[in-house]
Amino acid sequence: MSQTVASQTEYNYKVVRQFAIMTVIWGIVGMGVGVLIAAQLAWPALNFDTPWLTYSRLRPLHTNAVIFAFGTSALFATSYYVVQRTCQTRLFSDKLAAFTFWGWQAIIVSAAITLPLGITTSKEYAELEWPIDIAIAVVWVTYAVVFFGTLIKRKVSHIYVANWFYAGFIITVAVLHIVNSMAVPVSLTKSYSIYAGAVDAMVQWWYGHNAVGFLLTAGFLGMMYYFVPKQAGRPVYSYRLSVVHFWALVSLYIWAGPHHLHYTALPDWTQSLGMVMSVILFVPSWGGMINGIMTLSGAWHKLRTDPVLRFLVVSLSFYGMSTFEGPMMAIKSVNALSHYTDWTVGHVHSGALGWVAMISIGAIYHLIPALFAQGNMYSVKLVNTHFWLHTVGVVLYIVAMWISGVMQGLMWRAVNADGTLMYSFVQSLEASKPFYIMRFLGGVFIVVGMLVMAYNVFRTVTAKSGSITTDANAQMA
Amino acid sequence: MTSFWSIWVIVLTLACLALIFGLLLWNLKNYVGVKEGESCGHEFDGIEEINNPLPKWWTYMFFATFVWAVYYLAAYPGLGNWQGLAKWTSSNQGVTSLAESKKATEEALAAGEKVQLDQEIIAAEERFGPIFEAFAKQDIETLAKDEKALEIGQRLFSQNCAQCHGSDARGGTGFPNLTDKDWLYGGTPDKIKETLLHGRIAAMPPWKAALGEQGVKEMTAFVLSLSGRKVNQKDADAGKAKFAMCAACHGMDGKGSVAHNLPFGAPNLTDNIWLYGGSQRAVEETLNNGRAGVMPAWKDILGEDKVHLLTAYVYSLSQDK
Repeated sequence: MSQTVASQTEYNYKVVRQFAIMTVIWGIVGMGVGVLIAAQLAWPALNFDTPWLTYSRLRPLHTNAVIFAFGTSALFATSYYVVQRTCQTRLFSDKLAAFTFWGWQAIIVSAAITLPLGITTSKEYAELEWPIDIAIAVVWVTYAVVFFGTLIKRKVSHIYVANWFYAGFIITVAVLHIVNSMAVPVSLTKSYSIYAGAVDAMVQWWYGHNAVGFLLTAGFLGMMYYFVPKQAGRPVYSYRLSVVHFWALVSLYIWAGPHHLHYTALPDWTQSLGMVMSVILFVPSWGGMINGIMTLSGAWHKLRTDPVLRFLVVSLSFYGMSTFEGPMMAIKSVNALSHYTDWTVGHVHSGALGWVAMISIGAIYHLIPALFAQGNMYSVKLVNTHFWLHTVGVVLYIVAMWISGVMQGLMWRAVNADGTLMYSFVQSLEASKPFYIMRFLGGVFIVVGMLVMAYNVFRTVTAKSGSITTDANAQMA
Repeated sequence: MTSFWSIWVIVLTLACLALIFGLLLWNLKNYVGVKEGESCGHEFDGIEEINNPLPKWWTYMFFATFVWAVYYLAAYPGLGNWQGLAKWTSSNQGVTSLAESKKATEEALAAGEKVQLDQEIIAAEERFGPIFEAFAKQDIETLAKDEKALEIGQRLFSQNCAQCHGSDARGGTGFPNLTDKDWLYGGTPDKIKETLLHGRIAAMPPWKAALGEQGVKEMTAFVLSLSGRKVNQKDADAGKAKFAMCAACHGMDGKGSVAHNLPFGAPNLTDNIWLYGGSQRAVEETLNNGRAGVMPAWKDILGEDKVHLLTAYVYSLSQDK
């Protein structure tokens, strides 16, 4: 305990605590909206004929809330924690760090207001209008200043691998956001992209895919490289593997965007190039998974007793699964079947709920006791309950979308003996309905899990300092 | 793409792949300074890193994807302007009209290039063409009673026509109902086929400037009275006095161009069937701003044989069963 208390004065834990708590709250909000729109797809009357409750407005709210509120708060929290602990120095500036917290929360709140009002650029994952985009750029550059400032004043000679990934993610997201959001404003709430036609589409998916590649992958790999070895109490499996997969991952991801635009007006050469890079990308992606999972060598028995480690390791399995699936779906002939179907939705969620959410949840369960001077979470049993609720939810979700997606792809291309289409679009929608209900149920499991987490976090945070001991582990059966 | 940008793309692509390949080769060697399997010697918040070699199976997978990438970029477009040894393109890129598309298709065929879309269309023509060719030899009246023909016609309709005319062919605002006996250009098999093959363009001019607000109100009253609606008689009489300018297309009796054997597509105003709505407001809007109706020409899109079958289906819809 004394060590933790001492480090609280050395390090800035305040901003880490704030972001960690908000991760849980935004997780519930974002996933809750997800469950609502999942229900709307099965029972459309649930929009109650209210414009700001319609799927079209809540869907971007859901994606923005889970990516930029939940996911990015988790990245802020963990990167500020990890960079301090692995550089053995306090954050570069407490004031700037506080600015990133309050600035980012203000951006999230303005997104939660403008998107339901129908104020949107209509660019996927970049729907927010130009005044908010400018605010994002300012906060993000401040984030970079705090992070790199801390790296520069580190008290160790090397920079730990987790920080390479965080650094890569912070720089690239700044570039992507600024380039893709370039627009001509016509009023406070409306702007038009400076790009046109196929170029606009290409810039959008260069941004869109790298939001996945750098924010949802590189950033969370940074998280993985600290919390997996830390929670397992084992050294990282291979330093050289981390060198190869880091540089290969960041240099390949940036080319992969065109696979979102197969068989469109994008020139053939761009499509092929995007496909080639996406397929090679499979190997360095698995490099990260291997390095994480092999770190458990000699510590596999801990999975039996430690649900936090279980979150982290299962997240790596989902990461491996979706980074195999992604390159396959980037192959044109596979994409011809999968594109525009629910398969894509399933793929995204195996990444988002399986990889991103599980690694974040695991990291937060590791962080909360450390940040609030406790030996453990209030209830390890509840962490375990959360693990199973989440896992069952993810599996229900992905399986539902796989079946429904492949079925849609097959129905859309089925032809009669005379060459005419066998099914109308509405028929494929009717066939999907049972799977929409199954997906909704998966979502319910996940949100219930998040509520369990919120209760557990609340009890841990409000308990008397140091009153929860490490022995709590023993209560886990 | 200019050669500058082509070279730019080629150099960036190959440099990126070469650097990653070099990185892989470099890391196959142990350059860390400690034996393999031992800790690298630095420690971060208690985390150490082991100097383990790259897993062999993973390295082989990496080599395999590189081999495949080199093959793919040699065979298919990807490296700037390089067309690829397979001479493949997805479609004739850059064409902006059907005529240009047809010309590009012929040129590609002559040059032995593999244009995927063209080849798929040719293959589909070869496979399904004879079915429609056989139907095209029968006359439309016969086909309109042939259940098999109508089944296929209905499928063609739901793929190509239902977007505007509705899957039940009952149309909607601006799109004619095809199941009644009211025709804008004639409902005989020949006339329907002509409409489908070549399309139609209808233009109702705007009368706001010529008639003025009061004039439009009066003409609306008269037009509504033609189908027996209750209107202000004084207005209707005033409208009637100016109806001559409408009669050029709709006929003096307002029964429309088909009744007078005229090719304008001007609707019958006396039957209480309204293409753009029959409320006073809708008719006023039609008179004020005019209307423009377009039926696309399907000859070059579907081909004559399919249009023939489709004609039979559309014709059958308005026939008494």
